[in-house]
Amino acid sequence: MIYSTIGYYSLIFGLVVSLPIFFFSIKNFKNEGIFDSKIIGFSFIQLLLVITSFLGLIISFIISDFSNETVYNNSHTTKPLFYKISGTWGNHEGSLLLWLLVLTLFIFIFLLRSKKLLKNYRILTVLFQQIIIIGFFIFLIDSSNPFNHIFPTPTEGLGLNPILQDPALAIHPPMLYLGYVGSSIIFSSVLAATSLNYISKLWATHIKQWVLISWLFLTLGILLGSIWAYYELGWGGFWFWDPVENVSLMPWLALTTLLHCVLVLEKRSTLKSWVIILSITTFTLSMCGTFLVRSGILNSVHTFANDPERGLFILSFLFVLIFVSLFVFFVFHKSEKEEVISFTLFSKETSILINNWLMMYFLSVVLIGTVYPIFLDVISSEQISVGPPFYHKLIIPFLIPFLIFMALGPQLKWIKSSSLEGKKYLAFLLIISFVISFVIVKNFGNNLLINTILIGSALYLFFITVRDFFREKTQNFSQNLAHFGFSLLILSILFNNIFSSEVITNLKVGETFKNEKFKIEFNDLKKFEEKNFLSFKGYFLIEDNNSKEKLEPELRVYNQPNIITSEADIKITFLSDKFITMNTVQNEEYFNIRYQVKPFMLWIWVSVLLISLGGSISFFKRKSL
Amino acid sequence: MYGRKVKLRFFFIILIISVLVLSVFLVLKSLEENVVYFKSPSEIKSVGELDTKKIRIGGMVKKGSINMSTDEVNFTITDFKNEINVTYSGLVPNLFSEGKGVVAEGFLKDRNFFEASKILAKHDENYMPPEVKAALEEK
Repeated sequence: MIYSTIGYYSLIFGLVVSLPIFFFSIKNFKNEGIFDSKIIGFSFIQLLLVITSFLGLIISFIISDFSNETVYNNSHTTKPLFYKISGTWGNHEGSLLLWLLVLTLFIFIFLLRSKKLLKNYRILTVLFQQIIIIGFFIFLIDSSNPFNHIFPTPTEGLGLNPILQDPALAIHPPMLYLGYVGSSIIFSSVLAATSLNYISKLWATHIKQWVLISWLFLTLGILLGSIWAYYELGWGGFWFWDPVENVSLMPWLALTTLLHCVLVLEKRSTLKSWVIILSITTFTLSMCGTFLVRSGILNSVHTFANDPERGLFILSFLFVLIFVSLFVFFVFHKSEKEEVISFTLFSKETSILINNWLMMYFLSVVLIGTVYPIFLDVISSEQISVGPPFYHKLIIPFLIPFLIFMALGPQLKWIKSSSLEGKKYLAFLLIISFVISFVIVKNFGNNLLINTILIGSALYLFFITVRDFFREKTQNFSQNLAHFGFSLLILSILFNNIFSSEVITNLKVGETFKNEKFKIEFNDLKKFEEKNFLSFKGYFLIEDNNSKEKLEPELRVYNQPNIITSEADIKITFLSDKFITMNTVQNEEYFNIRYQVKPFMLWIWVSVLLISLGGSISFFKRKSL
Repeated sequence: MYGRKVKLRFFFIILIISVLVLSVFLVLKSLEENVVYFKSPSEIKSVGELDTKKIRIGGMVKKGSINMSTDEVNFTITDFKNEINVTYSGLVPNLFSEGKGVVAEGFLKDRNFFEASKILAKHDENYMPPEVKAALEEK
């Protein structure tokens, strides 16, 4: 009770602190001279207040204070402590408070780390960021207050959806939010820099750090979500092209493109318009992500019951931000003449530009696939869903030029390459890649043509990046590592898709399933009692041509809320995963069994980690401004 | 005579426009082919022509209708006005049970039989797909 009150008033005071920040910023903006340290002081106070508020909510969760509505809705006394804490951001109100916390934290860090930059640029960034911060304050206090009071106090809470009680999912939202909110700093500072005509190489070096850090968190956040979906949802897949997944992929695509543009800006001082537009896009998409996931508009397998009213606020707020940013862009941004043609067709810039366009194309495909059903529902009340075939058909063919340019781009020089260095070598690798790919697909796979070309291009990128590791002249280890990771990712996904095998069957205890590939024995079923759930463990013996494996999938019946979840049992090996899930059907003796062999599963995760590692090396390599 | 730069830019604009047109065309075409429509059992009874494309059917699982064997699950989807029989061989989500909402994806064999290739999972025991909710509210 007391902690909720503290939390609530901290929020109100936090909002009030925005006033002096505004006041001193505007005063300081007009003055000549140095940056007013009062702005930093007040930003710090605001940060402290939001932290207090957040701690207030966490403590309310820890002590299970059910007089707080958010705690009542999302917690339960029998829940393990770890999930009580992670329950803080496992819901709408708490996650928005976390957004706000990161917003204020990031602007404070920004102020500390930008001391060498232009005074007015810093002030304007603070002002733009404050607009976003105030928006979130009002949204929290007005329509999503995490500290609503219930009277009389209930004795027990409703519990957290058990599917969310998982270590990966406990840290998945904060990671994702760090990425999302990191893009708010990029957004504010791009607007500030545009208004002051301050976009330059120096600025690029400084903003690159922010782009990298947001990109890193977003990448890791998506990875965690994907791993979670793989073992928890029991479909054995890691990406379903579900709208909720797509809204995290879209900012990632924009941010990745932005990262490349900022690198070009830093080196060559071109692509300024790209940088501005992409920064605005990334942040808008991040906001849209929050809006779409939290508003209940999306028809998704991940949908949790939501309140559509709230969406309206985020939506109108979003429109204001888009309007402001477009205004700044069109009024202040003057495209320079020499920017237009400062490099030739045969250069690193061109290959980056081509891949930028391809990325924008991927982004549009995902956007259309995600938004079109909503759109159609509104105009014709026809209800549809857009499935994976749509995305596969439109994205996969364009991956081929994308991979090739990714392989060749780093081999070219800035501005103008008179000839490709080591031309013969590159051609040789290309032929080798396609021959290997042809042999693999011919012997094991189907869809000869498209798979050969796809695997061939991915292998090409793979070989070229591998070669570059051993070249003395490799200028950019981090970039090469990230590109290498990407080739590995595409290869693992392709192999995973082509070589997976699966059995779905219904079995009673004691029965055996057999086909030409596997034998599945359902030996036993045992019941265990845990703290907040009942567990039924199935004991399976699976035989294939060369191995025997014992697997023990589990069914959990949670007491509060009363939900059944199935926990997959996965045997992870270097080359492939063996994955089994067991489901129950009401009043039936049969259990629904799904057994899958998924090659190269581990490598999908590893390659994403390699990509992120590339990014983090680049982050720590240079001293930032 | 136009300068080289102007020509180059002109060429560029033409290129960009044609690429844009092409990609819009591609996207729309594949959208048309790959969209899955959502229908309620009543809508299926009332349409003139039977859909041969993949569709989704949503409603409630009729009480007492689930029947399971080694390789199949049979059940009936109802919207309390009309119903349709579903055959399915595949993974059944945990929240699939009698009297609860369900969405099945697959192909219609005729007006009374539906062969499902997927049954959609939900995370929340109280969650009902908006489609089902709308279909049920209409009745």
